[in-house]
Amino acid sequence: MPGDVSALQLVLTGDPALLAIVRLSLIVSLSAVVLAALIGIPFGAALALIQFPGRQAVIVVLNALMGLPPVVVGLAVFLALSRAGPLGSWGLLFTPKAMIIAQTVLVAPIIAALTRQTIEDLWLEYRDELTAMNVGPVGRVATLIWDARFSLVTALLAGFGRAAAEVGAIIIVGGNIDGFTRTMTTAIALETSKGDLPLAVGLGMVLIVIVIAVNALAWTARRAGERMAG
Amino acid sequence: MFTRRLLMAIAVSAVFAGSAFAQDKSILVASTTSTQDSGLFGHLLPMFKAKTGIDVKVVAQGTGQAIDTGRRGDADVLFVHAKAAEEKFLSEGFGVKRYPVMYNDFVLVGPKSDPAGIKGSKDIVAAFKALKEKGIDFISRGDKSGTHQAELNLWKVAGIDIATDKGPWYKEIGQGMGAALNTAAASNAYVLTDRATWLSFKNKGDLVIEVEGDKRLFNQYGVMLVNPAKHPNVKKEFGQQFIDWLVSTEGQKAIADFKINGEQLFYPNASDPGA
Amino acid sequence: MRAPTSDLPIRFENVTVAAGAVTILDGISLTLNPGTPTILIGPNGSGKSTLLRTAMGLVRPSQGRVTWGGREDVPPTRRAIVLQRPAMLRRSASANIRYALRASDVARTEQQSRIDELLALVGLGQLADRPARRLSGGEQQRLALARALARDPAILFLDEPTASLDPAATKAIEDIVHAVSQRGIKIVMATHDLGEARRLAGDIVMLHRGRVIETGPAAAFFNTPQTGEARTFIAGELLV
Repeated sequence: MPGDVSALQLVLTGDPALLAIVRLSLIVSLSAVVLAALIGIPFGAALALIQFPGRQAVIVVLNALMGLPPVVVGLAVFLALSRAGPLGSWGLLFTPKAMIIAQTVLVAPIIAALTRQTIEDLWLEYRDELTAMNVGPVGRVATLIWDARFSLVTALLAGFGRAAAEVGAIIIVGGNIDGFTRTMTTAIALETSKGDLPLAVGLGMVLIVIVIAVNALAWTARRAGERMAG
Repeated sequence: MFTRRLLMAIAVSAVFAGSAFAQDKSILVASTTSTQDSGLFGHLLPMFKAKTGIDVKVVAQGTGQAIDTGRRGDADVLFVHAKAAEEKFLSEGFGVKRYPVMYNDFVLVGPKSDPAGIKGSKDIVAAFKALKEKGIDFISRGDKSGTHQAELNLWKVAGIDIATDKGPWYKEIGQGMGAALNTAAASNAYVLTDRATWLSFKNKGDLVIEVEGDKRLFNQYGVMLVNPAKHPNVKKEFGQQFIDWLVSTEGQKAIADFKINGEQLFYPNASDPGA
Repeated sequence: MRAPTSDLPIRFENVTVAAGAVTILDGISLTLNPGTPTILIGPNGSGKSTLLRTAMGLVRPSQGRVTWGGREDVPPTRRAIVLQRPAMLRRSASANIRYALRASDVARTEQQSRIDELLALVGLGQLADRPARRLSGGEQQRLALARALARDPAILFLDEPTASLDPAATKAIEDIVHAVSQRGIKIVMATHDLGEARRLAGDIVMLHRGRVIETGPAAAFFNTPQTGEARTFIAGELLV
């Protein structure tokens, strides 16, 4: 299994090309999670707290969007960002930013739906206390998000896992350009298509290790935070 | 240290939109999986960059998709291998001019056991007829790529209307060359592939070359600048520099010098006006 | 700091509260005046909690109306409540109180001294930095009490604050309630413990099946109950 060894060697020797791929994968997926959180958490919290006609339908649709096929998201973002599309003048297609946009679209519904569930449960518990303390709507949202922060970390991790694992969206909008938009998953797809299955497997194992490491980091932070804040 | 840089990068990428990447000296080339997967670009681009300082970013797609990318204005240069589709692209005004660059050839690969009994033949048309008559498993790219179009053309030459004559033996997978080869290797089927991808492919399994050397298997590559009149964002100077270098003596020699296991993969022929 | 007008008296005018087909409070007319503690008694399910929550403004009457100092829809700036199962914010004990202080617009510079004072009052000074949700049941009740007092209320509602507490913890709570009452804060407290009612009450309001059965000064209520239900309840027999 020469490819297997070489993938491992590439990691151990800190091969700059591989490190660049790993770095881009992390930058794209983490940026997407940050942006998706900025959109999804307030949206999910608002949906948890505000009653309006059609709210149940919005929740059903939002939950369904958690399972958006990456390739469909990729295609939609591709059509929007293409020079012939409505946002073509931004010149973002086949850049890392396009990949961040696509993954943000993919991840935001996951974070919003999980936030909605978390905040709604916490709201049931806090409603009387916060009402009795005369806390206004903005204060309520802020309090609930802050007190749910450890549960919300789980939502962010779910989003990150989804982003880090997907290939369908970023390969369409990023183009898998060597040294520019090639990530772990698109590299794996490429090596598979070149028939270098051992290298593809090696890269896959590297990806799994990275995802586990990020999760372990977040889990440790969550435990430490919970111990301090209860 | 790393974390801080990562956070910086996230912040930068999240805050700025558009400008940072667009300004650098680079072009985007839509090309085919065969040129990319064979390693040809890995061989050519560093030389070109050393000479001109221009960064060439390659999006490897099937020829059909690559031409569509050019039509949308999402690439500066097309480097593909489907002459008829390229000429249509030109006639529609999406391209400026087509330059022949090089050719390689297709080969028909299949299982060592050769159930179709065609091994060693130089007649690709006879081989295709045998596959159809015996109903031997055949993997088709089915993705409108240059290789797929070449395959469809060979069926036509063999007098077979594959759209109506295909049976369960004819499997369209709608994926790239590598995926088609992986599928053929896994299911002991025949598949038409370009030689470059075949030579660099690492999961051959029981597959061997069955038919090669037929002139009808030659595969001409052309390069075109996307028409700046249609898409003003096209970087015409850098793009034209790349094209000029490919067809120059230096570029042609670089193509001829690219070898895998001592075997030359692409044959430069920019000087052949009919190619 | 105190609002110019008081929330007292709180007046219930023919108040009915229904949840779906179930009537929880049934045509209640009642006035809660300033002064000594008012204790709500009655068996489980008699409507004590709902009456407290309605008086606090957490529950809207289905029929009738509630007024605070003669006005309707008065936001709970001068009222506070300790719920039967208080929710602890996921923060430290002192941060729970700080939250209540901030919600009452207490100046930042005053907050720390108020926190120290309130934690000392409820005997939690040593546990200031402990996560509130890690406190014991009795400690959580006392923290909820401190949090309610942080709002500097003119009236404090307590919903069975000593239920399921041991005698020592119960005494701790009752002592605080007594001290708070001495400071001129109106106490309205629900309990089903008659001993506790005798120890704390100025006035008694007895509820049964969502209706007010009997009201009056504690001494009169316990010595000469006017109704059969009150006599049965005081005698410690089951009231069904």
